[in-house]
Amino acid sequence: MAPILDIKNLHKSYGSVEILKDINVSIDPGDFLVLVGPSGCGKSTLLNCIAGLEPITGGTLSIGGRDMADVTPKDRDIAMVFQSYALYPTMTVAKNITFGMKVRGVDAATQDRKLQEVAQQLQIEPLLNRRPGQLSGGQRQRVAMGRALVRDPKLFLFDEPLSNLDAKLRVEMRSEIKKLHQNLGASMVYVTHDQIEAMTLATKIVVMKGGVIQQIGTPSEIYNTPANLFVADFMGSPAMNLIPAKTRKNGAGTILEITRADGAPLQLTDTRNQDLPNDVLLGLRPEDIAEAGFRAGASVQEAECLVEMVEPAGADTYVTSHLGGAQVTARLHAETSALAGKPLSLAFDLAKVSYFEPNSGMRLN
Amino acid sequence: MIDLSMSRPAETHPRGIAWGRLALRFSLYLFLGLFALYYLMPLFVMVTTSLKSLEEIRTGSLISLPREVTFEAWRTAWSGACTGIQCEGLKPYFWNSILIAVPGVAISTLLGALNGYVIAQWRFRGSNLIFSLMLFGCFIPFQVVLLPMARVLGEMGLAGSISGLIFVHVIYGLGFTTLFFRNYYVTIPNELVKAAKVDGAGFVRIFWSIFLPLSLPIIVVTVIWQFTQIWNDFLFGVSFSQAGTQPVTVALNNIVNSTTGVKEYNVDMAAAIIAALPTLLVYVVAGKYFIRGLTAGSVKG
Repeated sequence: MAPILDIKNLHKSYGSVEILKDINVSIDPGDFLVLVGPSGCGKSTLLNCIAGLEPITGGTLSIGGRDMADVTPKDRDIAMVFQSYALYPTMTVAKNITFGMKVRGVDAATQDRKLQEVAQQLQIEPLLNRRPGQLSGGQRQRVAMGRALVRDPKLFLFDEPLSNLDAKLRVEMRSEIKKLHQNLGASMVYVTHDQIEAMTLATKIVVMKGGVIQQIGTPSEIYNTPANLFVADFMGSPAMNLIPAKTRKNGAGTILEITRADGAPLQLTDTRNQDLPNDVLLGLRPEDIAEAGFRAGASVQEAECLVEMVEPAGADTYVTSHLGGAQVTARLHAETSALAGKPLSLAFDLAKVSYFEPNSGMRLN
Repeated sequence: MIDLSMSRPAETHPRGIAWGRLALRFSLYLFLGLFALYYLMPLFVMVTTSLKSLEEIRTGSLISLPREVTFEAWRTAWSGACTGIQCEGLKPYFWNSILIAVPGVAISTLLGALNGYVIAQWRFRGSNLIFSLMLFGCFIPFQVVLLPMARVLGEMGLAGSISGLIFVHVIYGLGFTTLFFRNYYVTIPNELVKAAKVDGAGFVRIFWSIFLPLSLPIIVVTVIWQFTQIWNDFLFGVSFSQAGTQPVTVALNNIVNSTTGVKEYNVDMAAAIIAALPTLLVYVVAGKYFIRGLTAGSVKG
C-alpha cells in the first residue's frame, strides 16, 4: 500500500533558527498519526508544513504519492481543524461549512446536499442558521469538524482541536473523533501536547522534542518500550518510575542493587536481561508495582518499602516511596491497607521493565 | 450613566448619607449643565446672529434673541455672498468640497483597509519597517510637504484641480487609515486566514468575504476621521486650488475677509454654520459607532 503521507528528511528553519531537523515519517491510508510533545517542540510547525501554510526549507513531502513542493494549501486535498476553531465570525454555520465549496465553484445543489449530510452526521442541524458567536465551545468544535468533513479530503489535519474545551467535553469530543475515524476510515494527522489524547486516538504516535523525532511507534510500543528517557517520562500518567540501580552478573540472571536511605539495599533479580552496564536507570510503570500478594508470576519479586504518601484516586490508590534517591510511585488497588510512614511489602513485576543508559538516556534492552 | 444609588440597598445606610448622595448627584448635574452651557454659548451666538438683520445686530446685544427672525443672511451666504469678485455664495464651493471629500474618504479608507490587512495578516520581510514609515507620515506637519507636493502635482498635471486635492488628501490620510485598520486586524486570529487558505480562498477573497464584513466599526471610525480631516482642511485647499476648485473652507475665509464697508456678521455666521454642518451631521449620525469602534478590541467568535 502506498503511503498517503510521506515525509523524507524534512528540515524547517526560520533564518538561522532550526525548528525541525531531519523529519522522516510516513503513514498508510486510514492511519491516525498523532504528533505529540511539549510546547515548542515543532509539532504545530510540522502540521503547518504538511498543510502548506509554512514552506519547508529542506527534504520532500508528498501526499497521496504527489510531491507537494510547489502545491498551495488549497490544492493539497487536505482539510484542517484549528485550535481556535477559526470559524468565520460574520457567516452563519451553514455558510461556514459551505465556504470552501463556494470558493471552489461547486454548484448550489451539491453544496446543500453535502451540508445536510454533514449536519446530520454531527447533529448540528438546528444550528445551521446561527453565527459562531452564538455557539458554545463544543458546538463550535463540531462546526469546525463539519467544515473539514464536508470537503471529503485525502488527509485530515487537526491542530490541538480539544485544548480549548473543558475536561468533560474534551473526553466526549475525543471519543467522537475516534468514532469518526473508525466510521470514515480516513487518514488523519493530529497534533496534541496531551499524552492521553495521543494514546487513545492514535494508530501511530510520533513523539517530538526540540524539533527532533524521539520515537515513532504504535501507542503500545511507545508506552511499553520507550526509546529514551524523554519518551519514558513524557508518556504515561503518573510518569514511569526511573530508579538508579547498579547491576551485577550472577549465574542465570542480573542482580539489580538499589540503594535506600534507610536500611539495606533493595535487590531484584532479572533473569531475562543480560549484558547490562554497571550503572542503569531502571524504568518501571506505576502499574508494574503492586501490593505484595496481588501480583504473581516468575518475573515478580517482593520487597518491603517505606510508604511516604498515600493518594486515593477512586479506582486506584497511588503510593509513593523513595528508592535509589528517586521518588517511586506504585499503583495499588483501591482498598489497600497502606499507611503513610509505615512499611509495606510491594511486588515488583519486571516483565515489562525498561533499562536506560543514565548519561545518554538511550534504551538498553 | 453614573448611578450612585446602585451600590447598596437604601435601608442599610442612615438618612444623612442619603442626603449626602442627593446633594452630590445634584451638584454633579449642575456642574455638567454649566459646562454644556459654556460650550454651547458660541453656537448660540452664531445661530441667533445669523437670524438677525444687520440693523438689529448694530443696535442689539450680542446674546439677545432676535426680535425678528429673518433667513435673509442664510440665503445670501448660500447663494449671494461675494468671495472676491464673484458673488455666488458658498453653493459652488460646498459642491467642490463634496467632490473632494467623498472620493477622498472612500479611496483612503479602502486603501487603508488593504494596507492594514496586508501588514497585520500577511506578514512579509520588512512589513514592520513599512508600517513604521507610514506611521511616521502621520506626524509630518502639513507645511513641510506644501512645496514638494506642489511640484509633484505640477509634474502630474493635477495642479489646481479637484483630482489633485483628492490625491493629496488620500496620500496624507493613508498613514492614519492604515494605522486604524492594522490595529483592528491585528486582533483577529491569524488562524482565520489559514483556515480560509485551506478552504481555497485567495488574498482578495479572504479580504472581501472575511475581513471586510468584520470591519464595520473601524470603517465608521475611519470615515468619520477622514471626512472631518478633509472637509475641515484649509491649508491644502488654499494652496493647491485655483478659482473654481476651491473647497468651502477657503470660500468661507474669502467671504469673511473680502467684505468691504460694513461687516455682515449675520452672513459670516450663517456661512460658518453651513460650512460646519456636514461634519456635525456625520458625528450625530455615526457618533455612537465612533466610540464603539475606537474601544472595540477583539472579535469574539
